[in-house]
Amino acid sequence: MDITLQDIRKTFGRVIACDRVTLAVPGGTIQGLLGENGAGKSTLMKILSGFLRPDSGEIRLDGTPVIFRHPADAVRTGVGMLHQDPLDYPTLTVLENFMSGRPERFFPSRSAATRRLRELAGTFGFAIDPRACLDTLTVGERQQLEILRLLSLDVRVLILDEPTTGISAAQKAQLFETLRRLAVEGRTVLFVSHKLEEVESLCHRVAVLRSGALAGAQVPPYTTAELVALMFGRPIVFPQREPAAPGRPVLELRALSAMDDRLRLAPLDFDLRAGEVVGLAGLTGSGQRLLLRTCAGLVRPVAGTVRVNGRDLTGQVYPSCRRHGVVFVPTARLEEGLIGDMNLSEHLLLVQPPRRLFIDRPRALEAAEERIRDFAIRGSPDSLMRELSGGNQQRALLSLLAPPLALILIEEPTRGLDLESAAAVWTRLRAHCRAGAAILFLSSDLDEIRAHSDRIVVFFCGRSSPPLDPSRTDREELGRLIGGKGWDREAAG
Amino acid sequence: MIRARVLCQQAGRQAGGVILALLAASGLLLLAGASPVEVFRQIGLGAFGSVTRLADVLVVWGPLALVTAGLLVTFAAGLWNIGIEGQIVMGAIGVTGSLRLLQDAPLPAWAVLSVALAAGMMAGAAWAMLSGLLKTVGGVNEIFGGLGLNFIASALILWLIFGPWKRPGIGSMSGTEPFPDSLWLPALAGTRLSFWSVALGLAAVGAVALLLSRTVLGLRLKAVGRNFRAAYLLGVPAWRHLLLAFGLCGALAGVAGFVQVTAVYHRLIPSISSGYGFLGLMVALIIRCRAAWVAPVAVFFAAITIGGIQLPIALQLDSSLSGVLQGLLVLGVLFSDGLRHRAAARP
Amino acid sequence: MDWPTILLTGLAGVLATAGPLVVAAIGEAISERAGVVNLSLNGTLILSAMAGFAAAVATGSLAAGFLCGAAVGAAAALLVAFAGITLRQSQVAVGFVLALTLRDLAYFLGAPVMGAAGPRLDILPVPLLERLPVVGPMLFRQDVMTYASFLLIAAAWVWIYRTRPGLTLRGLGEQPAAAFVRGADVIRLRYLYTVAGGALVGLAGPMYSLSVKAGWKGTISGLDGLGWIALALTIFGGWHPLRIAAGAYLFAFLQWLGVVLQPFLPGIPSQVLQVAPFPFMILTLVLVNVGQAEWTSRLLALLPEGGRRRLAGLLRLLRASPPAALGQTFKRE
Ligand SMILES: Nc1ncnc2c1ncn2[C@@H]1O[C@H](COP(=O)(O)OP(=O)(O)OP(=O)(O)O)[C@@H](O)[C@H]1O
Ligand SMILES: [Mg+2]
Repeated sequence: MDITLQDIRKTFGRVIACDRVTLAVPGGTIQGLLGENGAGKSTLMKILSGFLRPDSGEIRLDGTPVIFRHPADAVRTGVGMLHQDPLDYPTLTVLENFMSGRPERFFPSRSAATRRLRELAGTFGFAIDPRACLDTLTVGERQQLEILRLLSLDVRVLILDEPTTGISAAQKAQLFETLRRLAVEGRTVLFVSHKLEEVESLCHRVAVLRSGALAGAQVPPYTTAELVALMFGRPIVFPQREPAAPGRPVLELRALSAMDDRLRLAPLDFDLRAGEVVGLAGLTGSGQRLLLRTCAGLVRPVAGTVRVNGRDLTGQVYPSCRRHGVVFVPTARLEEGLIGDMNLSEHLLLVQPPRRLFIDRPRALEAAEERIRDFAIRGSPDSLMRELSGGNQQRALLSLLAPPLALILIEEPTRGLDLESAAAVWTRLRAHCRAGAAILFLSSDLDEIRAHSDRIVVFFCGRSSPPLDPSRTDREELGRLIGGKGWDREAAG
Repeated sequence: MIRARVLCQQAGRQAGGVILALLAASGLLLLAGASPVEVFRQIGLGAFGSVTRLADVLVVWGPLALVTAGLLVTFAAGLWNIGIEGQIVMGAIGVTGSLRLLQDAPLPAWAVLSVALAAGMMAGAAWAMLSGLLKTVGGVNEIFGGLGLNFIASALILWLIFGPWKRPGIGSMSGTEPFPDSLWLPALAGTRLSFWSVALGLAAVGAVALLLSRTVLGLRLKAVGRNFRAAYLLGVPAWRHLLLAFGLCGALAGVAGFVQVTAVYHRLIPSISSGYGFLGLMVALIIRCRAAWVAPVAVFFAAITIGGIQLPIALQLDSSLSGVLQGLLVLGVLFSDGLRHRAAARP
Repeated sequence: MDWPTILLTGLAGVLATAGPLVVAAIGEAISERAGVVNLSLNGTLILSAMAGFAAAVATGSLAAGFLCGAAVGAAAALLVAFAGITLRQSQVAVGFVLALTLRDLAYFLGAPVMGAAGPRLDILPVPLLERLPVVGPMLFRQDVMTYASFLLIAAAWVWIYRTRPGLTLRGLGEQPAAAFVRGADVIRLRYLYTVAGGALVGLAGPMYSLSVKAGWKGTISGLDGLGWIALALTIFGGWHPLRIAAGAYLFAFLQWLGVVLQPFLPGIPSQVLQVAPFPFMILTLVLVNVGQAEWTSRLLALLPEGGRRRLAGLLRLLRASPPAALGQTFKRE
């Protein structure tokens, strides 16, 4: 199906999210869409999928103008979208998620739906248990289910908004395989991403958005430097990894084990030294997150000990860990990290030890302005956190970490951030390392882990590999371990 | 100057809501076969018609302002402290208990009263923190925990009045044996209005206003209220702050119980809280937790309560009309706020 | 009377007195499943009891009484829905104020019919079935609304768990944006379910004033507090009709026990025994919620392996989480 977007414009209050964008995508192609955070990619895609209505402009499918009042209209016409934040029901089962929104009878037949789901999953080689509860699935599996659901509704245009955040390398390969196959079948795929390599390897053509407007387009062979220039309008300095000078041990784990509803962490011995960065890799829910939260004192270990700078912190709660220089930076920035309805200067007052009784507003303002300058945050001391873009929220969150710190535990440091913000985040984290802190982070982005870790620990089903040296372990090796292969050899060696 | 202008603007904005409420109330009264004008006139007369009436309004104002001030603290921490009724009751029980213990002791009245005040505050705070513990430890939403504790407090007060603390001979709904008048808070001649009740109310409102707008603690309470989890991860001891908010509110409710026992009823009665806890919640809601408005709006609500008392005699209307009017006012303001935001959101 | 007869009539009475609670709590569960919390139950229940009674007295028709009650409940729910969904005000605030205001309104408007003689539902035994041993007198010698409450439990379960609209309903309170992209008209459905749930709550009022506690006696009608219990039952029941019903029967059973045991416990004043089930029922919420508390998992971590597994399993079984988007407004953009 050929798609034409003509002069699409969309504003949110004073923000112009899409500024007269015109884009034509011929059927059977995979069209990439690039742009920095807040460039308007999601907005444009939501308009195409009927989720948002444009202020002005026209959508044409195979030359005929269409108006979508509702996403279901778009799906009926053949346009389906996989949203940036997964839009499914975590508490329902896979089958129920699949059935919901399909034209079922009043009393839907579960067996018929199961058959249909199995059959579709089979054609694409996805292994999904229809009876499983959705929240036991990995992000990648949830995405596969959503794709199957849309395909079962016979969509001919598939929009994927940053589908590769949070999925494993194997799942990514499988996804790309599927997308290529769909394109061969004549369907149109729109693929939104921040990662240039992905776009370059997958897409037949690429468009770049900047500040809501189309900044340019390319067809292969792509030139990375040009794409970066189109996206940001300026060159970006990537932080280089400086090999850590092995310092004194900051974090010592001995036979540490923890458990939550789903998982039990196998006993783990591990040392982290000052100035060192260690990345934790693995599928979501393999134990990385549990380990970070246990080290932070948010989960109580069931066995073993945690020592920080020689002090035994086993079983301590987070506030007392924090007093000993341990900070935890969560993924969900607005849910767990920041207070959406408060501004930066108020956040700075919150993280200070409460020595004063009364608030010193002028000083708080001054401090906030200083952070805004240092961290290049786009915003003012009194802009509310929820009004900032994702990248700026992450910078604000990092600006709240006051040295001296012993240990930074950070989840998905650059999830959803564009190249520039990601570079900025790692520059700041590196600065903490130079000041003597150690960093333990988890990421579902294997490239991020490989680029920034001094050592890598892979998790699978609660088991952890010995620390690996990134310069001597290749991508494929890591991918195999993450997927659960070669563990017996690891355990032996 | 600027402050006065802001207050005027806020008042102007709420006028729409008040008008909406008055219209709804008028419709209702016509339905009940009464003349709205006459009813409003009677309420006005009943509240401000004479010095005694005015004094009665202020008698209600004292505890109402205390309770509302406390609720501003819990609302700042994001809590619906519905257990406030029980906290007033427990405060009053604490006060009565300590007065009963000490009334025959050779101590000056001010000392006994001070001890009673402290006991009331502690009892109220403890009862409130129980709501807090149910929430933090048991995971029970404070609305339901508070309701459960209200039920328990009202069972307890009934049991005390009909059981251990009953009047010699008969236990009755009229309450316990009155205290000797040396233990009454001094009142304005011919009324039940005590200077102390008003002073305590004003002090509480002032202190809470200062706490919430100027202090680091106030900021931390607000942070906990807006995002508990994030506040905790940013290093604010969030659990402790929740309990503290409950404790502060409960202590102020305890002071309200103290005023009710020592200045108004001079004994413990089953309905010692007079429903001021829920009334305070209404006041806090209508003023959207802006401390500057507690004092005037509490006067207004107290006046409706007092003005409604004589409706059954003057117009043969049930006095529950006051509650309806107060509720309609709050609803009117909530609805008009919503309508205004909606109109503003439309381009 | 011999004790089996006492027990059987007692239990039959328990089923009947729990009827209104079952209906109100299922009504509330339906609107909460759609994502709207209607906190006005205590006021709605009292006002609809009064209005239903007054309508039945005025028209002489019981059906008119129940219709009137349902209309009152639907209207109250409509106010909550309008304020919460369209005006984006706090649903809890509006619901709470309505809970107080509607109660006072019932006392105010109900003054003329106070103590009036009115109709009440008759017992309608089901032929044949009533003669079954044990279950006959318990289940099949009830009034028509009690039978309706039995049916409602089953119907609600089927609707929520076995039908296509029920699947959407479950999604609505969980993740409205997901329901939206799957073709649901979120706002309209939320209105619909809130009003329908409110109408059920409104039916519960006349079930009291025309049957279980027949008559209208103003502030001493004994209805104050029951609305809060219905709300607590919704949580205790984990928004699941069967579990809600179990909770309602437990509550009614405790009330009955309070009455039966009174002569044997002279030391406890009757007032205390009468209110005891109220806090008890609310405190059972601890059981449902404690599994989610952070300290529980910390404590569990200290237990030996086997005990930990078993206790964690038990807590998971009892646990009930509210619909994730409960009380939040859905905004398309
Ligand atoms: N619902 C909304 N209300 C107000 N502003 C919005 C809304 N959605 C998006 N915006 C604003 O519109 C602009 C474009 O947002 P959009 O989500 O399309 O960016 P994006 O390119 O997808 O960014 P990202 O890479 O972070 O996903 C941003 O400035 C954003 O703040
Ligand atoms: Mg986006």
